[in-house]
Amino acid sequence: MWRDAVLIAGRDLRIEARSRVALWQVLPFAVLTLLLFAFALGPRPGLLAQSAPGLFWLAVLFSSVLAAQRSMAIEGSGATRDSVRLLGLDPAGVFLGKVLALLAEMVALEAVLLGGVVLLFHVTVTSWGVLIGACLLAAVGLCTANVLYGSLAGEARMRATLLPVLVLPVVAPVLIAGSKAFSASVAPGSGSGARWLGILVVFAVVYSAMGVALYGPLEES
Amino acid sequence: MRRTLTILGVASVALVALDVILGLWVTPPDADQGELVRLVYLHPALAWVALYLAFGMAALCAVLYLWPRTRSMRFDRLSASAVEVGVVFIGLTLITGSIWGRPTWGVWWTWDARLTSTALLGVLFLGYLALRRVPADPEVRARRCAIAAIFAAVDVPIVHFSVVWWQTLHQGATVLNPNLTPTIHGLMAWTLLLSFIAFTTLFAWMVLMRFQIEELRESGEDVELTRALEARRAEGVAS
Amino acid sequence: MTNPMAPAIYLRSAVALAGRFPVLAGVDLDLDEGSVCVVLGANGAGKTSLLRLLAGLVPLASGEGAVLDCSLPGQARDLRQHVGLLGHDVGLYDDLRPAENLRFVLKASRLDPGLSDDALARVGITGRTASTPLGQLSAGQRRRVGLALLLARRPRLWLLDEPHASLDEPTRDLVSELTEEAARGGATVVATSHEPDLAIPMADTVVTMSGGIIATRAPGGRRGDRGWSDVA
Repeated sequence: MWRDAVLIAGRDLRIEARSRVALWQVLPFAVLTLLLFAFALGPRPGLLAQSAPGLFWLAVLFSSVLAAQRSMAIEGSGATRDSVRLLGLDPAGVFLGKVLALLAEMVALEAVLLGGVVLLFHVTVTSWGVLIGACLLAAVGLCTANVLYGSLAGEARMRATLLPVLVLPVVAPVLIAGSKAFSASVAPGSGSGARWLGILVVFAVVYSAMGVALYGPLEES
Repeated sequence: MRRTLTILGVASVALVALDVILGLWVTPPDADQGELVRLVYLHPALAWVALYLAFGMAALCAVLYLWPRTRSMRFDRLSASAVEVGVVFIGLTLITGSIWGRPTWGVWWTWDARLTSTALLGVLFLGYLALRRVPADPEVRARRCAIAAIFAAVDVPIVHFSVVWWQTLHQGATVLNPNLTPTIHGLMAWTLLLSFIAFTTLFAWMVLMRFQIEELRESGEDVELTRALEARRAEGVAS
Repeated sequence: MTNPMAPAIYLRSAVALAGRFPVLAGVDLDLDEGSVCVVLGANGAGKTSLLRLLAGLVPLASGEGAVLDCSLPGQARDLRQHVGLLGHDVGLYDDLRPAENLRFVLKASRLDPGLSDDALARVGITGRTASTPLGQLSAGQRRRVGLALLLARRPRLWLLDEPHASLDEPTRDLVSELTEEAARGGATVVATSHEPDLAIPMADTVVTMSGGIIATRAPGGRRGDRGWSDVA
């Protein structure tokens, strides 16, 4: 399983390194959303800093859907999917591989967005541990859910519109828990981040487990 | 099947009518809520059907479909029927809740935990219906939809807890909350119970109707397929 | 290896569906291991669907079927890893170089990735062509990469969808040569074609499809004891 996972992750990252779609399309989109949020809320730094936790996670969520679209597009045309199906790979390994590759991209994306929020929205983070923990856990949850639903959404022509409708309600807990954990990490008095990290852990574990168990029947189409 | 449907249909219409009569005219108004309390004979029962019955059934049928030993397209159709009817009931739950909320809380909508998670659940299952409309082989579609239903069902408790911790001001579950039982008793309690039975029966009837439509469509398509097979073979022999 | 009594391919009244349309409407086909079968027929006759059914990619909706001792549709998953399918679209990654593509497939098939260099050299993909991303190669060069993939993977069943179409003379010869070699090595080959002149000489069996069934079956021009050049 892990052998196939590493192979698939390697393939996805190599293709990404060549095509640079995530770098030149997804990342600029993520940064752009931060600018648009600022335009929508006005230039008052206080308001932006106050809204930063939610805005950060919204930007992450939207970008994650875009990144997932790209990750599914890497799978290529029907013929390419067919030839992969002829290889006899372990479906759980394929799932984990795709999640790993997407995870690498998401973590990079979160790092850039976090930098953007701190710099542009004047956010002062007091407890980095909670924030970074939340980012990593949320990334696992988002990647697993996105890969699962990306595969569920099927053929490319439907996927572009179907994936957001399917995946965004599902990842709503990640948005809630992520935002609350972010809030907790900027103002230590505003409650404990532990409970929210707990939700992120549960989400990540549940969707990883379901992916490993159900990716096989899902791809068998 | 036909007979069951007729019996269920008659029973659900009669029970809902009885619930309406008891709820609107026979039971007394509440000391605190006045006439508003009459929504209690509608809203909780709708929510019960939408949140527990419909989606529980959809998830259960999805599992039964995926389980190799019980795999049957009937479970796929049942699951889909339950979701479709469930979405209607979720809509009604939200509408009646909103009508109740306006005089009680002063607003049509509030970001309370149960409202929010109910709405989110509705969107989740709208996604399921959207997925169902994606053209695919029946088996492929059935598998995808079963998996989607399970994903959604697993998401429900996570959504629930995150939203509850996020914010809450909705009153506790009326029937299950021991503190409130003294305020509801006698005829009111019986009417409340009746409303649950009535809407459960109505749900069963609607799901079975929907299921039968799917079965008929399916058998129609089987006939079509046989015809298509013959046509295709004839095309081969003729040339 | 396999049970010598069982044929490599056995189909009885095989029906396959695309949505609600019966692309295969009751195919009967028997082929021995190590034989070459050419499938002729008009567009829409069901040739490609037959290949996909034999690859285990399309489920058998009704009828009986067994390919390489795997019964269909139940053991389609086990069957797939023994199958090599080459279509118009070679099914590889445009952003990767030919060698990278091959190495990925070989690693996934648990074979030695080092085999890719020899295979590419054999089909004439060397030097600059070998280090150009696949997407920038011509259709013919891509087909050559696809052939190299089959060579390196050595599947037991070769399924070729119009292997001669839109290729230059040397590449066509290469296709025929590699097919013959594969059959001699014990692989079973099923190839569709619109060019009977090229295809019939390489076949043991020639079948014609029409309306999703096999309309005619005739012996082809291949003789197991003769080299390819004699037939050509």
